[in-house]
Amino acid sequence: MARTGPKNSARRVLVWLGVMIAVLTAVLAGGTMAGHASWAPKLALDLEGGTQMILAPKVEGGSGINEEQLNQAVAIIRQRVDGSGVAEAEISTQSGRNVVVSLPGTPSKETRALIQASADMNFRPVIQAGAGAAVPAESRTPDDKLPKPTAAPANSSDENWVTADVYKKFEALDCVNPSQDKQERSDPAKPLVTCEPAADGKPAIKYILGPVEVKGSNITTSSFQLQRGAQGAVTNQWAVDIQFDADGTTKFKTITERLNQFYVAAGGETGSDPKAQFAIVLDDQVISAPRAQAVITDGRPQITGGFTEQSAKALSDQLRFGALPISFEIQSEQQISATLGGEQLRMGMLAGLIGLLLVVVYSLFQYRALGFVTVASLVVAGGLTYLAIAILGWTENYRLSLAGVAGLIVAIGQTADSFIVYFERIRDELREGRGLVSAVENGWKRAKRTVLASKAVNLLAALVLYFVAVGNVRGFAFTLGLTAIADLIVVFMFTHPTLQVLARTKFFGEGHKFSGLDPKRLGAVPLYRGAGRIRTPQDKPVAAPRAKNSGAVAEAERRMTIAERRLAEKQEQGKQGQLAGSSKSASKEGK
Amino acid sequence: MASFATFGNELYTGKRSYDFVASKKIWFLIAAVAVALSILLPVAKGGFNLGIEFRGGSEFTVSNVKDTDPGLGEKAVQDVVAGSQPRVANVAGNTMRIQTDKLSDDETLKIKEGLTKTYGVTDNEVTSTFVGPTWGADVTKQALLGLLIFVALAAVLMALYFRTWKMSISALAGMLVTMFITAGVYSLSDFEVTPSAIIGFLTVLSYSLYDTVVVFDKIRENTSDLQASTRRTFGEEVNLAVNQTLVRSINTMMVAILPVGAILFIGAGLLGAGTLRDLSLALFVGILIGTAATIFIAAPLYAALRQGEPELIKQARRVQQRRAENAAKVAPATA
Repeated sequence: MARTGPKNSARRVLVWLGVMIAVLTAVLAGGTMAGHASWAPKLALDLEGGTQMILAPKVEGGSGINEEQLNQAVAIIRQRVDGSGVAEAEISTQSGRNVVVSLPGTPSKETRALIQASADMNFRPVIQAGAGAAVPAESRTPDDKLPKPTAAPANSSDENWVTADVYKKFEALDCVNPSQDKQERSDPAKPLVTCEPAADGKPAIKYILGPVEVKGSNITTSSFQLQRGAQGAVTNQWAVDIQFDADGTTKFKTITERLNQFYVAAGGETGSDPKAQFAIVLDDQVISAPRAQAVITDGRPQITGGFTEQSAKALSDQLRFGALPISFEIQSEQQISATLGGEQLRMGMLAGLIGLLLVVVYSLFQYRALGFVTVASLVVAGGLTYLAIAILGWTENYRLSLAGVAGLIVAIGQTADSFIVYFERIRDELREGRGLVSAVENGWKRAKRTVLASKAVNLLAALVLYFVAVGNVRGFAFTLGLTAIADLIVVFMFTHPTLQVLARTKFFGEGHKFSGLDPKRLGAVPLYRGAGRIRTPQDKPVAAPRAKNSGAVAEAERRMTIAERRLAEKQEQGKQGQLAGSSKSASKEGK
Repeated sequence: MASFATFGNELYTGKRSYDFVASKKIWFLIAAVAVALSILLPVAKGGFNLGIEFRGGSEFTVSNVKDTDPGLGEKAVQDVVAGSQPRVANVAGNTMRIQTDKLSDDETLKIKEGLTKTYGVTDNEVTSTFVGPTWGADVTKQALLGLLIFVALAAVLMALYFRTWKMSISALAGMLVTMFITAGVYSLSDFEVTPSAIIGFLTVLSYSLYDTVVVFDKIRENTSDLQASTRRTFGEEVNLAVNQTLVRSINTMMVAILPVGAILFIGAGLLGAGTLRDLSLALFVGILIGTAATIFIAAPLYAALRQGEPELIKQARRVQQRRAENAAKVAPATA
């Protein structure tokens, strides 16, 4: 029992590890075949080449930016970058202050300008609205029937704004599958043809809008709340409130006076004249186009109808964002050539390989055959880390940066340390005179504590750096944490079980000269002295193995106080119990 | 290598022992001098050699050049911006890196064209980078914040695990010494301080604490039933633990430093300046100093911190008493 128990459980653990690796490999293989994943880990910009821009948002008026505004900024940038037709752009925030945009290749001047520009929100009256899809080429209005302005437009809602060109553009515009072409920022004094993208199940709509009448900067603030009924009771309808400043109030009053006439003329609630609508335009896209149901004289319009709590919040956030236009200052722009990145990666890998080779040579030198266990463990740890990185690249879009590669190389040393701590403990136990099988078990018990405690420090460092730090440091912390976990898995599920099995082989169990666990070389008095001569625990040498000065210690032990002697006896009994067990198994091994 | 195994055996049994704890005054003095030098030297040199991430400026990278003459790059920049002092370096084989002060968009374009012509490469083999002066500072600030949180948490973790805050204090002291000396050596090397170097420092600190925890765990084990023993005083037990883990410390240091050394020497030779070189220098020095600081600073300091505890003074007295008795009486002949 005592002999087969740990051995069987060791085999079981090894099998489990095999299963784990097989499952991870299968997952990655499945992902690769389905075309989502790839066998090669995804590379970060510094290895793959591309451009990284770090943008510092600047709020007009100079006050600092808060988290909410930063998220708004990210949303804005994302919309702009996606709109500019750059595929695979990554946008993230950094240190709660900056926005990081990573693009493959080199952005054009226009893209840069677009990304940098401040958010542009304004209110334009709607002149014409239509379903989102482009009118098919064959059913478009022929040139001779295109609208022709008859006079100069009298106000912003005037149909005379709609020239032949504007109308052509309107018909051709496809809001269902918006084109990715870059567009120049619109002229506020001219009409604008644009989309309200599909959202929340509402289809996309396209509009011809009149010139800008109220600017976003005229908004003082915006909020959202449950709408109040006529009696002041709270209904379950969400509403978005806007508050304009003095200038905005006057201007908005003028618009609503005009638009409300269209509303009333079209039959009020049931009417459908688009000219009763005013569009809230952010970066040339309509985010909402409510109808003017009343003349707003106090500069506090309320937008109602069909909001969920979420959509109400989103709109009110956007309005507030328009109130505080954020512009972006490019803090750093880095173009990384793919050649340089590739070269660095190759050199890094080369250095890593040479380092690994040196580690292998050193451990073989130090630990003889046991060194192969180190090497095998490192290989397993490397395999696990690779699988994790490849799978995370697929599921979490994790990308390996140069700092990450450095983290991996550094991890070789820290991973090997767990094995060294463990092996040294086993050697210590051998020096105490234990048989290999029990030395492995006892050494493991002690080493386990140390390994766990020290890896906890490493994991803590990785976690804190990952969550607090930014940029490169983050990628590095991530690989460091990943390898610490891989290391723990390998020590528990590979190195220890392997040693449990190996301890029962003749080569290691008998302490072959090259096994690295030769008790004689380790200066132990063996319990097993060959051919049937087994030292019983009773004739264990009197001098404790730890004694510095055996004569003096033996003398000292004779002179202990009664209490001290009792305690020493107690400890001795405990030790002998363990030793008896080990000698028993050693004797069985001997037969 | 039989001698190394014997060395380990003798350290383990106490037959061979190095006085790490008893000669602590010498180690502390050396550490104090080293730390003082590490602070004074950079000051005397006029601060660290800050990388472009901290200075701010523009950087050009030219790949696949045939001629790696830095003069060509300098001329190309000075043709556009008269009187500027670009830093031109050969990084990674056939790649040149040219760093300048902050340039306008026009200047950047012109220099790019100039470099393309001078080095005879195609348009897309020249890339430009602009780094604002606050970027590196931002990264560093966040890294330092992370460091503070990590150190605080690690101190709590160690205090909980070892059941004594004195171990935390000692470990942190060792870490601080490592930090200062590593920074000092880095400044001496005149390598640029880049975000990679900062990453290196952070790793060194985590490694330093990690290494200390391993050694302290052995100390904890050796001193756990000290009250019941008169064999050794507390200081001697600590010293024995350090000696017993010495082989581990050396082996771990070697294994950790070999790959880092490979990056440092191969990388520095073949790659020139760059992420890998800066990182590996900080690591190389830090691992050496960190291992030493555990042995020479953290462990002796821990012994010193606890030596004054009444219980341990009593225990030390018992040990002295027993030894005195042993010395006074001739041991009767027994088996």
